[in-house]
Amino acid sequence: MPVAVKTAEPVRLRSAAEPAIRLRGIGKMFDDFRALEGIDLDFPRGELTTLLGPSGCGKTTTLKIVAGLLEATEGEVLVNGQPVTGPGPERAFVFQDFALLPWANVLRNVAFGLELRHVPKEEREEIARRYIAEVGLVGAEHKFPHELSGGMRQRVGLARALAVDAEILLMDEPFASVDEQNRRKFQEDLLSLLAHEKKTVIFVTHSIEEAVYISDQVAVLTRNPGRLSRVVRPEIDRSGHFDELRRSPAYLDAVDEIWHELKSYLDDEERAR
Amino acid sequence: MTDQTTTAATPVRAGFVHTDVMAAALGFFRQVWVMRTLSILFVLGLWEWAGRIPVSPTFPTFTQTMGALFGMMADGSLFTAYGETLKPMIVGVGLCGIFGVAFGLAMGLSRRFEWFTLPVWVISQAAPMAAIIPLITFVYGIGLGAKVVAVVIMAAPIVVLNAYTGIRNVSASLLEMGSSFMATPAQRIFKIVLPAASGLIFAGFRLGLAQGLTGAVLAELLITPTGVGDLITYSRSIADYPAMFASVFSIIVFASVAVTLLQRLETRVFRPDQRRSG
Repeated sequence: MPVAVKTAEPVRLRSAAEPAIRLRGIGKMFDDFRALEGIDLDFPRGELTTLLGPSGCGKTTTLKIVAGLLEATEGEVLVNGQPVTGPGPERAFVFQDFALLPWANVLRNVAFGLELRHVPKEEREEIARRYIAEVGLVGAEHKFPHELSGGMRQRVGLARALAVDAEILLMDEPFASVDEQNRRKFQEDLLSLLAHEKKTVIFVTHSIEEAVYISDQVAVLTRNPGRLSRVVRPEIDRSGHFDELRRSPAYLDAVDEIWHELKSYLDDEERAR
Repeated sequence: MTDQTTTAATPVRAGFVHTDVMAAALGFFRQVWVMRTLSILFVLGLWEWAGRIPVSPTFPTFTQTMGALFGMMADGSLFTAYGETLKPMIVGVGLCGIFGVAFGLAMGLSRRFEWFTLPVWVISQAAPMAAIIPLITFVYGIGLGAKVVAVVIMAAPIVVLNAYTGIRNVSASLLEMGSSFMATPAQRIFKIVLPAASGLIFAGFRLGLAQGLTGAVLAELLITPTGVGDLITYSRSIADYPAMFASVFSIIVFASVAVTLLQRLETRVFRPDQRRSG
């Protein structure tokens, strides 16, 4: 189990130019297996960065290192200029399998992060209700996770992460267990939510379309070992309607660019075999 | 969640003639309590029939046994006997509940402690511990202490091993969630590990309770005749077989009721999510 919990740090003035998160030469070994090698990457403040790549490229490992749930074998992670030694209150995690308490209703699950921080019951439930409304789950407060669909469960997971008011959201393939229709709806909702929440987000996915659609910046990773292949900034005009976005040239170009990057890598991998 | 027992729908299949009566009958038999009651009635019916043959002169019918049971309830001897039997049982099972779960928790959380102690419990669960009950007398005499020990050696292994298994199998992702939201070690145990393991811990309590009752009655049969064990021994010695069977029957009913109450308690305290679907 990871490491000492970081206590409150003195408030520092942050320039908007300073990246919220910096990875410097991150490497990770699992016994004899090298999962990650030499990852250098900046995550600009207030932007959504996707870690994209085939299975086994170390996307989730990278995310968990940033979260402080795993320790890097080499290199360091700086969050607001401070090295990460464990989980911290400025980072909140959204889990692929939701990780909801099955014995707790939606309200308690959403408030759980605050419960662990000893926020009084009334206060944390009020905050939880606000975020339950934001993710569109009003009316489900007293339901239990097993009574909800996959999409609704992940909305609970997202509300829980938002409720602790962390400036950084770490999302590990949050839509992987959600069906395609709900996934699109969820992506749109996430974008509208983030438009007024101003969070720095790291989002792990293996879907190129999803990555381009939601990201300001896409970091493409390749595997054996996991390395950063390149960083693509889709530069999509997000002022229009969501549906227009998927037809914009910038969107299609970015999808194409990333696909060719990954395809050439996968071809090389096949030839090497 | 709707209650399955009341809303079981009756599918109407094409090609079959379905009258309302048949549909109603089918719906009736789909209800859980109907089948449970039929199952119990069936076994009791077999008992009555076997007693009437009779399979053995010492085997009373169900109705004779019930007569003896109500007789013992009416003269109070049954309740006095249970008062006696319950003393070592409550102390013993209570000890197992507190120390057994603590022990299982330690085993589930510490590898070293697990390696050191697990073999002892596995062996003591597999071994016929009832066989050493007579030996207890040499160490603890014939009083309440000896009976408590008998209850503990019967109940402890299953309580400890279930708690340990439950704690060992707590979902890794829930633990990771706890870490990421910065749970303290105490919060991790009380807000995540114990509720998540409560199903197996309580299953251990239920089995431990049944085992503890066995231990208490065995101690009464083998060490000193008191309580329900004495009712059995005494009834047999005077060839009052209906009373003897009634005593045994009362133990079964008592154990079932106690185990069911424990299950209700668990659902109420730890798993409110299972209340509506249960």
